[in-house]
Amino acid sequence: MSDVTAGAPGAARGQSLLAGSARTRARRAREWRMKAYGIAAIAISLATLFFMLATIVIDGAPAFRQATISFPVTVEAAIVDKAGTRDPAAMGKVTTIGYKRLLSQGFIAALEARGIDREGITDKDLTAMISDDAAARLRDRVLADPALVGQTIEVTAYATGRIDGYLKGRVTRESAARDSNVTPAQLDLADRLMAAGMLSLRFNWGFLTGPDASDLRPEAAGLGVAIIGSLYMMVLVAIFTVPVGVAASIYLEEFAPKNRLTDLIEVNISNLAAVPSIVFGILGLAIFINFMGLPQSSSLVGALVISLMTLPTIIIATRAAIRAVPPSIRDAAMGIGASKMQVVFHHVLPLAMPGIMTGTILGLASALGETAPLLLIGMVAFVTNFPAGPLEGGVMDPATALPVQVYSWASRSDPAFIERSSGAIIVLLVFLVIMNVAAILLRRRFERRW
Amino acid sequence: MTFLKLTLSSVAVLAGTTGLALARDNVQISGSSTVLPYATIVAEAFGENFDFPTPVVEGGGSGAGRKKMCEGVGENTIDIANSSSRISQSDIELCAANGVTDIMEVRIGYDGIVFASKVDGPEFAFTPADWYNALAAQVLKDGALVANPHKSWAEVNAALPAQDILAYIPGTKHGTREVFDTKVIVAGCEETGAFAAFAAANGGDEDKAEELCMTLRTDGLSVDIDGDYTETLARLDANPTAIGVFGLSFYQNNTDKLRVATMGGVVPSVESIATGEYPVSRPLFFYVKKQHIGVIPGLKEYIEFFVSDDMAGPDGPLAAYGLVSDPELAATQAAVAAEEVMAPLN
Repeated sequence: MSDVTAGAPGAARGQSLLAGSARTRARRAREWRMKAYGIAAIAISLATLFFMLATIVIDGAPAFRQATISFPVTVEAAIVDKAGTRDPAAMGKVTTIGYKRLLSQGFIAALEARGIDREGITDKDLTAMISDDAAARLRDRVLADPALVGQTIEVTAYATGRIDGYLKGRVTRESAARDSNVTPAQLDLADRLMAAGMLSLRFNWGFLTGPDASDLRPEAAGLGVAIIGSLYMMVLVAIFTVPVGVAASIYLEEFAPKNRLTDLIEVNISNLAAVPSIVFGILGLAIFINFMGLPQSSSLVGALVISLMTLPTIIIATRAAIRAVPPSIRDAAMGIGASKMQVVFHHVLPLAMPGIMTGTILGLASALGETAPLLLIGMVAFVTNFPAGPLEGGVMDPATALPVQVYSWASRSDPAFIERSSGAIIVLLVFLVIMNVAAILLRRRFERRW
Repeated sequence: MTFLKLTLSSVAVLAGTTGLALARDNVQISGSSTVLPYATIVAEAFGENFDFPTPVVEGGGSGAGRKKMCEGVGENTIDIANSSSRISQSDIELCAANGVTDIMEVRIGYDGIVFASKVDGPEFAFTPADWYNALAAQVLKDGALVANPHKSWAEVNAALPAQDILAYIPGTKHGTREVFDTKVIVAGCEETGAFAAFAAANGGDEDKAEELCMTLRTDGLSVDIDGDYTETLARLDANPTAIGVFGLSFYQNNTDKLRVATMGGVVPSVESIATGEYPVSRPLFFYVKKQHIGVIPGLKEYIEFFVSDDMAGPDGPLAAYGLVSDPELAATQAAVAAEEVMAPLN
């Protein structure tokens, strides 16, 4: 038995409990410091996140707007249809070079008609203000509708990257004076075109729907192929991983005996989840392309590789969800005579579903941002043809993915691509946020707590 | 039990796809990241003007591209390898071992390598000897080989600005590094007499001397960049006193940010490289697996289109982007039309 009077040391000396001794103060100070460290840690991570997002948004937001020039163009039969047959097959012999001439003539004529001063700018420099992409679009338009030959049609063309950059403040007269791709005179003309209403910034749908473009025409580069590629991959990854992952988890949680073998399997699944993704790319190249002969650069191979990578994550999440269902549910079902299978499919699985869905969506979200494994299977590539529809074997067609587009644009030399690269990051982040919000909503809406 | 059915059907889909023999209808290209922009420009124009799908072009590096091409013959292997250096004997042997026996070599033009600093910095006029004395591990000083003592460009050559030496050069995986080594470092080594000194110190062994010439200092003043030119540019932004090594086309797209240095008194440009006045340039190639011509639709048309005057000619889009047009383009066009297989390396 200890001495009762020696109880509380502070009180024993006749101090007020409210004043606090040196030791309590020290303890409180430690507590306060601990809290301060925590707040500092959160502040640092928030500041980093904010800085990163701010940089991306400032750099990338202009990518969603694009300078366009509108003017009438006369589709001269003498250039596009010399034979006069109006037969698209014969007219197909005229290359984009011919259509570029049409655009050039139309643009110069429009300047004259509107009385816009073009002094000091050669015809070549004038034409250079219109994207090369416009010629290809005009050609497609005329070939699709040969009746346009001989008519004067209104054309809305992209302005080239430098003019676009001028409207967005990326290119200035100072930088233009040093830039070999644009002259200050062209920028002056751009001002006059703006005043005349021929040149304007518009929302850039092409950035979301168009295919990639070469280094010579950054203004025409879009994310269309990448978005479709990512979409195909995510759908296929879900189709491949969810059934396999759920079946594996159910077996391991509900049916498998606990022995050395299942322990080994468990350790291996956890290990697989930690394997660097590039390793799965090497595996994919060896198995799916070289051994199975699946087409390179296709979203099918990409999906298979990413499935391998996502599967362990999904198994781990699913097992956790199944384990979270209380044993009393199983016992009750067993007690009224349900078979093991009925217990699993009628009771455990429906209750675990919100958890499984959340885990799957989070797994898919991390898969969406994966680039490394795609590098080895040929998806980090220049692809401008849209893959066919999903029912026409589109998953076999070459495609890219969103993170791949970020990477390949970031390494191109024209500064306009840096803007697009940040724009692509914004699109990717939007998709990630949507998926994560869906996961949270599912959890909130359906999760049961016991 | 829908998920069981799903599992079964997905397994069936998987099994089904593996059995299919897939006819590929697009050309597949891989290789040098220097050639990549040119190849995408041609591929894009090809897709627009022909009825074939646009070829799929990958980067990844010259060596990796050639290895991929040499993996074998068949639709799951690539058709063309872009390369910023010539194919090596070991690649040819690898190809032959995998059944790729007929390779066409197509030279598309020349590429210049330029030395540039931030646009607001001082002007530089280099010679290969300056670069050797600035970057080599050992230099010749007062007739003796010593560890490189130079810290500023003015110490290397009194005519250069007194700016600290810091150079961003391409990493060893780049084809550009090879050209930098041979055309600048080894040339400078010979110019300064260090080459002779190395050879003398090693009993006249010139290979050893060349190797010693190419050994660069490791005290952090010469930095290898393994990424691409955008990384070099970003590093220059962070270190405004540094000098970076770029491709001519990259410089031409960023003239508002970069100040180019002369080499041996010559300003790098498409013209000075075409005439051979500017010393640091190299040919660019692509290699075609001839066995795929006639099998992969559009392959022959693509390579003919690539070397046509409309594309690779002096007024074509490739030249506009920075490719130095090949004066012997007509011969290349004829060789491509005749599907000439490359001669053994000498």
